[in-house]
Amino acid sequence: MTQNVEPILKVENYNVEFWVDGVWYPAAIDMNYEVAPGEVLAIVGESGSGKSSSSMGLMGLLASNARTSGSVRVKGVEMLTANAKTLRTFRGKEVAYIFQEPMTALNPVYTIGFQIIETLRNHFDMTTVAAKKRAVELLEMVEIPNPEKSIDKYPHQLSGGQRQRAMIAQSLACDPALLIADEPTTALDVTVQAEIIDLMRNLKDKLNSAVLLITHDMGVVADLADRILVMKDGLTVEQGTADQIFNRPQHPYTQSLLAAVPKLGSVSTRPAVPTEVEPILELKDVVIEYPKRGRIPAFTAAQDISLKIYPGEILGLVGESGSGKTTIGRAAIGLLPVKSGSIKVAGNEIAGATPKYLQTIRSHTGIVFQDPASSLNPRLPIGESIGEPLFLANIAKGTELNHMVEDLLDKVELPRSYRNRYPHELSGGQRQRVGIARALALNPDILIADEPTSALDVSIQARFLDLLQELQEELKFACLFISHDIAVVEILAHRIAVMQHGRLVEVGDRDQILRNPRDEYTRMLLSAVPVPDPAEQKLRREARMKLRG
Amino acid sequence: MFGKKKNVVEASVGSGENAIANKEIEGLSQGQLVRKRFVRHRGAMIALVTLVFIVLFTYSASGLHLGSEKDPITVPGWWHYGITDLSDLRYGDGVCDDGATGCPTLQLNPTQPNFGLGDHPFGQDDIGRDYFALVMRGTEQSIMVMIIIGGMGGIIGTVIGAIAGYFRGRLDGFLMRLTDLIITIPAIIIGAVIGYKVGNLGVVVLGLYLGLFSWTGLARLVRGEFLSLREREFVDAARVAGASNRRIIFKHILPNAVGIIIVSVTLSMSGAILLETGLSFLGFGVVAPDVSLGSLISTYQDSFATRPWLFWWPGLFIISIALCINFIGDGLRDAFDPRQRRRITKKDRQRALTATK
Repeated sequence: MTQNVEPILKVENYNVEFWVDGVWYPAAIDMNYEVAPGEVLAIVGESGSGKSSSSMGLMGLLASNARTSGSVRVKGVEMLTANAKTLRTFRGKEVAYIFQEPMTALNPVYTIGFQIIETLRNHFDMTTVAAKKRAVELLEMVEIPNPEKSIDKYPHQLSGGQRQRAMIAQSLACDPALLIADEPTTALDVTVQAEIIDLMRNLKDKLNSAVLLITHDMGVVADLADRILVMKDGLTVEQGTADQIFNRPQHPYTQSLLAAVPKLGSVSTRPAVPTEVEPILELKDVVIEYPKRGRIPAFTAAQDISLKIYPGEILGLVGESGSGKTTIGRAAIGLLPVKSGSIKVAGNEIAGATPKYLQTIRSHTGIVFQDPASSLNPRLPIGESIGEPLFLANIAKGTELNHMVEDLLDKVELPRSYRNRYPHELSGGQRQRVGIARALALNPDILIADEPTSALDVSIQARFLDLLQELQEELKFACLFISHDIAVVEILAHRIAVMQHGRLVEVGDRDQILRNPRDEYTRMLLSAVPVPDPAEQKLRREARMKLRG
Repeated sequence: MFGKKKNVVEASVGSGENAIANKEIEGLSQGQLVRKRFVRHRGAMIALVTLVFIVLFTYSASGLHLGSEKDPITVPGWWHYGITDLSDLRYGDGVCDDGATGCPTLQLNPTQPNFGLGDHPFGQDDIGRDYFALVMRGTEQSIMVMIIIGGMGGIIGTVIGAIAGYFRGRLDGFLMRLTDLIITIPAIIIGAVIGYKVGNLGVVVLGLYLGLFSWTGLARLVRGEFLSLREREFVDAARVAGASNRRIIFKHILPNAVGIIIVSVTLSMSGAILLETGLSFLGFGVVAPDVSLGSLISTYQDSFATRPWLFWWPGLFIISIALCINFIGDGLRDAFDPRQRRRITKKDRQRALTATK
């Protein structure tokens, strides 16, 4: 980028530390970087690498147990030693934040218009009418449909992508010189993510703002970033242009990080699974409906679903949020009632089964939930969580049960001593291993994995996928693997099913779906997946533009 | 509970290093871990020991008094005065200062000639009854009322709230309207009616009846907690594992709601003392000549300026019991919450700053 232009953000010898149990723990150590106008600097790293806390610390937004040192200059003004008043004038006006989760970052009791107008009037001497006019302009700029009407909508009345757009409009309200985007697309679907990335690129060019992009998604980085800074455990591992980092990474950590990212279309073919035997899970014309509650009408979450999974086969079920893929997974294990149609697990009918009969069917099935933090009882030591299915099925008790729990822990490569720990003492990846151990406790014929990797970092995700593959080869269970990440599904699945709005749009062999999709929606979905390679991503972007027209 | 593994298995394994390794991976159940954490909580343990000491001391001093006025069941205690025994009132120069009557004989200063307990260590009341006997008897009554009301309210409230929140639907509606109905009747009126009907049957019966009406607030709190917890994924996970409704309620959800239950029960225990005090004040609770801590305080509220010890002793016991209960509750809450961490104080921060410089 142009070096003769004065950088908007200049960070020198910058440290962030947290006070935990009597010791200062460094979150960011000796960081040095600058961002010029119109430039996107991406800070990448896994969770806990300090990328978020270092950027929050730039504007003094950290919790009271943190301290910062060094020098942070925005447009030449020192921020770390600035008083509260200076900081306040800079926040929002010169430096704006876009947060990860627009539902929590927007106040649910005010309309989005009110929140944008509030930001405007905090910084400029403006009448309400003028501010409202400007707010409509901003909403138009971020391509929210029907801005005059949308301005009076509450956050819950907008879709996830629209909420993120509204938040971007709010942060752009005062034409900030620096935009800090903290995982701006992590909570969004791929097609929406692609739109938001396009929006951010256009806005940056239009306003000539500097953007500090914080993310763990290498695809997003490849799509947007000019320069990249890689962080690990608070240290800056490597810094360079996007081309340097992606094509000639110097540091081993950067190399391993890039290697861990699943790349679409990079996996060799898998041998097909025999399909002439009886399927282990069979769905036939299944309709699932969430019943009417008060004034909210009944909602059909899945319609006319017919699927077969054969022994030893992994079926990937992909789709965007709200497409009903989780609903299918939960119905297959009897957690949701089926309105019509039939679900058979190993020949046993689940639809309309009595609770007692369900109990016997469930010994054939196991489920791994999406969020390991919520699916493990926080007050139960993990050894007990793993052993519970065995205990309740009257398979083992006492010493025998203890040995079986130890075996399961060995299988998922966790130390045996972890059995007395509580879930919060484990990392995300370890917790998800506990989830697998519990799901495999009864040696199920079919495992339902509901987005098991969506809460994990890429390198942990890679290890987790390896483990799942090894276990599957060893134990030969069939698996319904639900995910929004097509690249992950590609690694595991023999066949892929695509869902949209509660219907199956396409089912087929993995290679057929990925190389030769027949359905329009599948093609859209595939083209929206960002690829961690700047050059290729540019080509894909242009191809997608053409597809959208 | 399962997963209990005693040391027996490993005892034969021999080498010391192996034994340590085995100990670490020895499976402990939820109950065992909670107990271990509770025992480590210093404040709670001190409070528990103090409370046990107070209970043993008062109950052995005045003996056990159960049953109604007409046919009492009594076990005599070690203190030589009963609550109805009258002795000569102490007063006059050289005995009591400032012309007070019935001053305490307790002297804690060893240099004084009258060092020791004396005949009436806590003093005497208006007509010469021994105040130590009265306070002991009162503490006994109050502890009984407190434990019965707190325990009954806690159990009924938890069960009703848990069932309503977990099953929802019509059962929830019925149970919550029932709760509403009971909440609408003022506590003091219920207490007065109950006191009027069964006050003379003794404090145990009074406590049981009051307990039947003191669960409403807790039931609401527990229901709310269950409504949100039942939607968590770990409940689904337990159901998939084959857990029955009963097991999900008591083993999986209840430990997560324990914080709110304990806070509410400890508050209602302190509230029970006040309720009993109010009833006694109105003449419905513990009926004379029997006494409770509440009735002692309300009887002698005019004497605070002239004979403050009539106030101090019952007050001291009320405060120590309430404090002990709160500390134990605190310890239990911490023991059930695995996330419990120490807070950062200003002093810690200062110390760390000077250490790094």
